[in-house]
Amino acid sequence: MSAPSAGGASRDGYGSALLKLSSDHRVVVLEADLGKSTKSCLFRAEFPERTVSLGIAEQNMMLVAAGMASSGKIPFASTFAIFTERAFEQVRNGIARPGLPVHICGSHGGIHTGTDGSSAQSIEDLAIYRTIPGLTVITPSDDISAEELTIQLLDHGNASYTRTARNKTPRMYDTESVKELKIGKGSILKEGDDVAIIACGVMVSEAMEAASTLADSGVDACVIDMHTIKPLDTELLDEIRMKCEGIVTAEDHSVIGGLGSAVAEYMSSAGGFPVQMVGVDDRFGESGSSSDLMESLGLTRDEIVKRARELLNSR
Amino acid sequence: MDGDVGHQNLSISELENLSNDCRKHIVRMIHKAGAGHPGGSLSAIDIIVALYGTRLRFDRNNPDWSDRDRFVMSKGHASPAVYSILHEMGFLSESDLSTFRTLGSVCQGHVDMKWTDGVDFSAGSLGMGLSFGLGCAIAARMDSSSRETWVMVGDGELQEGQVWEAMMAANFHEVSGLKMIVDRNRIQNDDFVNVQMEVGDVASKISSFGWNVKEIDGHDMSEIVGALKWASEQDSAPSAIVAHTTKGKGISFMEDNPSFHGKAPSDEELSLALEELS
Repeated sequence: MSAPSAGGASRDGYGSALLKLSSDHRVVVLEADLGKSTKSCLFRAEFPERTVSLGIAEQNMMLVAAGMASSGKIPFASTFAIFTERAFEQVRNGIARPGLPVHICGSHGGIHTGTDGSSAQSIEDLAIYRTIPGLTVITPSDDISAEELTIQLLDHGNASYTRTARNKTPRMYDTESVKELKIGKGSILKEGDDVAIIACGVMVSEAMEAASTLADSGVDACVIDMHTIKPLDTELLDEIRMKCEGIVTAEDHSVIGGLGSAVAEYMSSAGGFPVQMVGVDDRFGESGSSSDLMESLGLTRDEIVKRARELLNSR
Repeated sequence: MDGDVGHQNLSISELENLSNDCRKHIVRMIHKAGAGHPGGSLSAIDIIVALYGTRLRFDRNNPDWSDRDRFVMSKGHASPAVYSILHEMGFLSESDLSTFRTLGSVCQGHVDMKWTDGVDFSAGSLGMGLSFGLGCAIAARMDSSSRETWVMVGDGELQEGQVWEAMMAANFHEVSGLKMIVDRNRIQNDDFVNVQMEVGDVASKISSFGWNVKEIDGHDMSEIVGALKWASEQDSAPSAIVAHTTKGKGISFMEDNPSFHGKAPSDEELSLALEELS
């Protein structure tokens, strides 16, 4: 998989959203020396008086954001996904527990981030944040949806964690279709009745490609961009259960605790349903290009196709 | 300003009497609950009383008044100290105090802004309050408000690296509206601070981070009131008061005694304590 020039990286959508939110003077931006990477630098350039640089000190940043939120501000705080994890307890105890509307963005999520190697490749962020009561967890698939979902956070009320990706992926939305997106509601990108591919983040485009391959052999796959991992769109899962044979989930994240787990947990509580998970097995990543890593760890359209066929053959 | 605002300018003797009353509330609450942290509540209470009695602007009829001064109790285990003053200031009733640490109580084990009117921070995990206060103070400056943010930390808490991250950031951003009080009672959970991991010359360390610093006897009410006024007047940098205190202050058998960091007094100990405070 190579990064298409026509696409966009979801982190770019985060940056452009902050600019669009700037007309609301409650919006403030917090950085931990990675503004150029997370794209909060775009806001800083225009509104330095509403941007706070906290240096390489993520734990402090989370609580400064909480204090600002308690004083009527709507803080957007960003760093790499992996470094938000260093401040997990601060997010849990300092932000989510008192219910303060702080919006955290972890960029460079997943192994897709590439050559920096395993220390930078967060493959557990969605899992850990999903365990925090009341915290909304989002991972958009492209720059356009990242912008829209970030803009919707302004009036969201709850604290949130949004994972963005470093590298470009094909666009799943345009300026019209993105208007249909809503936090907490899965987005159906392709209808289908045989199997449902539920993907998030950079795996959504792979899911669309997989559906195309499956169609060549007569399998009609439904493709869902489940950009919001929590709260999970269980109404949509109920619909899938009524019409499809099973579900293949796809995520650039550990198979432990992420989107696949969330879907399987719900399906288990709803009486059981076949779920196959495509994701990172219980291992760390390593250095490599995005495409080499995705191939090596099985985060591919081919793997989705294989799992879908296995699922249908076992019925 | 809204309605019934604090900043009461109580006299030294009035403050001392109020402290004594609060000490009684503290030991009663913890005894009734059968759990809690008397030592650090009793070391902090004189300062907290002085803060509420002479400096903080608040509105007991409108606890969420957006332009109130903030008090961030970072050493949240000393919650009985906070609940006792909130009771005396009219935020909590006597019966509220008696529910401390029980199911559904507005007096949670550690101070929690979500549960209690008049509480500005959800504490319980040490090291976070100064950062939160920094956020409050930066927001106040963005709002062009003169409201102040006061944060109390423990000396054992200074072992948490995040406190120093916040100190560095407060200095860099020249947040003079942020005021920190260190309750230097020399005892932490397991033992004396100098046994667990000594924090050393706290005043000079904080000073080296660019803060204004004053050291005081944290049980001398005149000194406390003077230091709070001094800190309030500093507008060039964030300011800190290092208050040298005695853990368990006011109750002989609790004073300087690590075992009363987090232990409730027995029936007999409560009687003795109330006798000493009468």
